[in-house]
Amino acid sequence: MSSLERSDVERLAALARIDMSDGDLDRLSGQLAVIVDAVAKVAEVAGEDVPATSHPIPLSNVHRPDAVRPSLAQDAALAAAPEAEEGRFRVPQILGEDA
Amino acid sequence: MTDWTRASAADMAAAMQRGEVSSVELTQAHLDRIAGVDGDVHAFLHIDAEGALATARAVDEARANGEDLPALAGVPIAVKDVLVTEGLPTTAGSRILEGWIPPYDGTVTRKLREARMPILGKTNMDEFAMGSSTEHSGYGATHNPWDLDRIPGGSGGGSAAALAAFEAPLAIGSDTGGSIRQPASVTATVGVKPTYGGVSRYGAIALASSLDQLGPCARTVLDTALLHEVMGGHDDMDATSLDEPVPAVVDAARDGARRDLSGVRVGVIKELSGAEGGFQDGVKQRFDEALEHLRAMGAEIVEVSCPSFEYALAAYYVILPSEASSNLAKFDSVRFGMRVEKGNVERTMAATRAEGFGDEVKRRIILGTYALSAGYYDAYYGSAQKVRTLVQRDFDAAFAEVDVLVSPTTPTTPFKLGERVDDPMAMYLNDIATIPANLAGIPGMSLPAGTAPEDGLPVGFQILAPAREDARLYRVGAALEAALVDEWGGALTAQAPELEVK
Repeated sequence: MSSLERSDVERLAALARIDMSDGDLDRLSGQLAVIVDAVAKVAEVAGEDVPATSHPIPLSNVHRPDAVRPSLAQDAALAAAPEAEEGRFRVPQILGEDA
Repeated sequence: MTDWTRASAADMAAAMQRGEVSSVELTQAHLDRIAGVDGDVHAFLHIDAEGALATARAVDEARANGEDLPALAGVPIAVKDVLVTEGLPTTAGSRILEGWIPPYDGTVTRKLREARMPILGKTNMDEFAMGSSTEHSGYGATHNPWDLDRIPGGSGGGSAAALAAFEAPLAIGSDTGGSIRQPASVTATVGVKPTYGGVSRYGAIALASSLDQLGPCARTVLDTALLHEVMGGHDDMDATSLDEPVPAVVDAARDGARRDLSGVRVGVIKELSGAEGGFQDGVKQRFDEALEHLRAMGAEIVEVSCPSFEYALAAYYVILPSEASSNLAKFDSVRFGMRVEKGNVERTMAATRAEGFGDEVKRRIILGTYALSAGYYDAYYGSAQKVRTLVQRDFDAAFAEVDVLVSPTTPTTPFKLGERVDDPMAMYLNDIATIPANLAGIPGMSLPAGTAPEDGLPVGFQILAPAREDARLYRVGAALEAALVDEWGGALTAQAPELEVK
């Protein structure tokens, strides 16, 4: 596996919704390439016969009673919102300029 | 006059029951200590003097009225800022959550309130628990009370430093790859990562959900056990919570203090004790001396090999960023936290996350996004999950031979602040001995083993047990603690240099 390039970091940051300045990309790209190269060794050891483990202590069919219980009131849920209006979260424009 | 801040939580509880001290006096003593030393230590992000004293007063009144009270009622506690507390600011060490007041309590917070323990405040941590030094906190680093120029460990450096600086007798931590045990190691305090599912994660701001576990931090093994029993137990708000009783850890700690380990088989992990792991001489020396104590108390010491541990660090730094990149998607400028307006909602999200997250969080989100992306998923995330299986198999094989496994908690004593902050891989290597337990979900403890002769700084001793056998940690840990405290003529924390009280 090849190391991570600056352009990869730029693309990944866009996918992860994090703005990156040129300075950020300069600083983080080199560090990330070192980390990616170091962790690539995970592919060296386990063959196809080894099953994957996603959870340390697997539990199945975890249920709780489907009963009505107290929940957050609307004003409490909205209290920490950067902006709220008419009982809803208010956000900036969600559609593109042309829409 | 007694300085109550030096006492154990168990002694504080007993003294309150005998009427020798009130909860208000205890709580005020700790608030005064915080006021005196936290300017230098910076263990706390938020202090709730009023709330803590109100709880203390209510406990004192209830006691005066002859009410039955929980064991730790009136004993103050510090809470890592990863755990949500209704009405108290919670940031997880991130600027993106600056000023956020949660509208609900996490399950462990609720249990602390039911146990009637005054909450002194919220402790500093690496942002979203990503780090081993608290230097990645959005609010400045915590300083190690043993040497203010050195790291207090991380991510739970605030909780560990608060204990070592006598600002609190008990604290809550969270451990995803060592964030309870590594800070305990470098501050000469005690910390336990319980079995995965042993303590509810409801209301703990998630880093990597398959690795995270809340746990108790204290200055003695018995105090850690007392807090463990308050925190633990099944919770139907957490689908990974184990539906079984809390292990009898307090009994195990009392049993261990009798210093009889006859018949206990202790396995020294070959890969985590020799030159291979880059372990400092003084760390190795104190570790070997601790083994001698265990042997003298009747334990049988054998060496075991866990060959897959060589790959554990790499697997961890694939799994953790992958889960974190998903968990941290919720910080999107919509429902809570920071918003940096920049045109439409997508550009606002990206501007907010750029401003609100620090470098380490950005690194790990990008790493996780990469490891989960099409074309790379099998090579990275898929392979890491297989390594996880291999690590579990190593533990299974080892625990077929021995009752507990041991190693130094960290390869070195605490390093200087700033030394590794721009070298992420060097920082990650701190956790080489603690990470395997999180991958396998097993419980682990760190307790003080002494100070390294070459630098006079704390060395930690790690004990690991099979899943659900948390009690074994406490039995062996309490025995070792009793033997060492006897040798030292008192607790190791008493040997720390006195902090200047301002």
